[in-house]
Amino acid sequence: MQKQGIYKIITNVPLTKSVYKMVLEGDTSNITAPGQFINIELAGKFLRRPISICDWNETTITVIYKVVGEGTRQMAGMKEGEELDILVGLGNGFNTNIDKMKHPLLVGGGVGVPPMYGLAKKLLAEGKRPTMIMGFNTAEEVFYYEEFVALGLDVFVTTVDGTGGTKGFVTDAMEQNGILYDYLYCCGPEPMLKALHRGVMTGGQLSFEERMGCGFGACMGCSCKTLTGYKRICKDGPVMYKEEITFE
Amino acid sequence: MKDLSVNLSGLILDNPIVPASGTFGFGREFAEYYDINILGSFSFKGTTKEARFGNPTPRIAECGASGMINAVGLQNPGIDTVINRELPELKKIFHKPVIANISGFSIEEYAYCCERIDKEEQVGIIEVNVSCPNVRHGGMSFGTSPEAAAEVTRAVKAVTTKPVYIKLSPNVTDIVAIAKACEEAGADGICLINTMLGMRIDIARRRPVIANVMGGFSGPSIFPVAVRMVHQVSKACNVPVMGCGGVSSARDVIEMMMAGATAVQVGAMNLKNPYICKEIIEELPIVMEELKIDRLSDIIGIV
Repeated sequence: MQKQGIYKIITNVPLTKSVYKMVLEGDTSNITAPGQFINIELAGKFLRRPISICDWNETTITVIYKVVGEGTRQMAGMKEGEELDILVGLGNGFNTNIDKMKHPLLVGGGVGVPPMYGLAKKLLAEGKRPTMIMGFNTAEEVFYYEEFVALGLDVFVTTVDGTGGTKGFVTDAMEQNGILYDYLYCCGPEPMLKALHRGVMTGGQLSFEERMGCGFGACMGCSCKTLTGYKRICKDGPVMYKEEITFE
Repeated sequence: MKDLSVNLSGLILDNPIVPASGTFGFGREFAEYYDINILGSFSFKGTTKEARFGNPTPRIAECGASGMINAVGLQNPGIDTVINRELPELKKIFHKPVIANISGFSIEEYAYCCERIDKEEQVGIIEVNVSCPNVRHGGMSFGTSPEAAAEVTRAVKAVTTKPVYIKLSPNVTDIVAIAKACEEAGADGICLINTMLGMRIDIARRRPVIANVMGGFSGPSIFPVAVRMVHQVSKACNVPVMGCGGVSSARDVIEMMMAGATAVQVGAMNLKNPYICKEIIEELPIVMEELKIDRLSDIIGIV
């Protein structure tokens, strides 16, 4: 159930040159699954900014966002103690109740990495043995490697220019390290989603991004076509099952 | 005790607040936030004969604090699904007459959809959209000429029994001529304004933000234009006007009513603040007290 509330910033720090981590304090009772997102109202902006949830507990929500425009630049300039009007618990999130899944593969690209953190925690708590691959353009952009390692799972890093981890794309790391898995979870840029959708034989879930109007399913601003009908990325997604996805 | 009720062609609304078509779906998403039965009514998602996916994405562009542009392109499940699935679902969460927003690409399609929706007991008013600026060769052409708008009105009136309101586009030279043509053709009321045609460019990528290039601009910035057109049309016509465009507060509602609106639609703000209509309804009696208004219907068109 989605809800609106006022949240207080308790941390807002850069992780890389353009990626920030913000911890917000407030009601988290309506977050039901990793992969959900929050929609943040900003002064002087008409539309809210949808940001995926990285992690949450009883009293705080952690989001990691990249400065890509005016709104996120404004967020990066905000200080501890400032308050934000936020819609929380949006989207479906990842389903971890998958029959016979034991070794899920988690793939995150850039700011597609954060939702994988909450997902990894949930999968571990449910006794699964996940492996994480994180893909970036260059070593300077890498964030949250240690945090994933600290969860106690195997973590592989790839960079397109080879300055960190395996050189190339996440699919190169999958091949070169001979990673075994029986299910796929992925969040990242569309070329990554396409490559995995085409190349991975197991079942899986992919998380999508789109420019949104409301973020809660009313405006049909972020619709997409799937093999099971038209879906709203904000409400029926952002997570879609691999079997229903089409890139046509 | 303040009287917020208004009479829209015989339909008594508890208050004049009506979420605008396209910003409220079929009510379900908002029912997760509050009891939507507090609304006067609401206008459901623009419905066409066939199901439509609409335009490619991105469909949304922000315009700073002033509003947003959308080019959804009339995505809807089609009249059959609206009648067979959406209305039965709606009945569970909304117990008042609803406003049925109908769009079309030919006179025959308008008539077909209106005739069918007219038979649904939940429908209190039929709102005919002749102004959606998003669909090529679509609604736009009907709403931009008095003759075409009148032709749609006549065709719809001939096959319906319920009040028919024509929702007009502001993207015209003479809004009064079009409104009067609709009235003379039998319209029971006029709803205005729909969105204003707009465009944004992503200057870093050197291309339009919206895949459709242009879209409908809505939000607080269009409020003065809406007030002006509501004023002009309500003075020139004898049928009720539903005012729409940039409304974001109880004060805006009162201003729109003073300009001549009998009911007031709230559009884009629903997408920014899902509670906006609830907040406006709660705030109205307070602002009325401050302005010494006992009956909201007393101020309709007083300016």
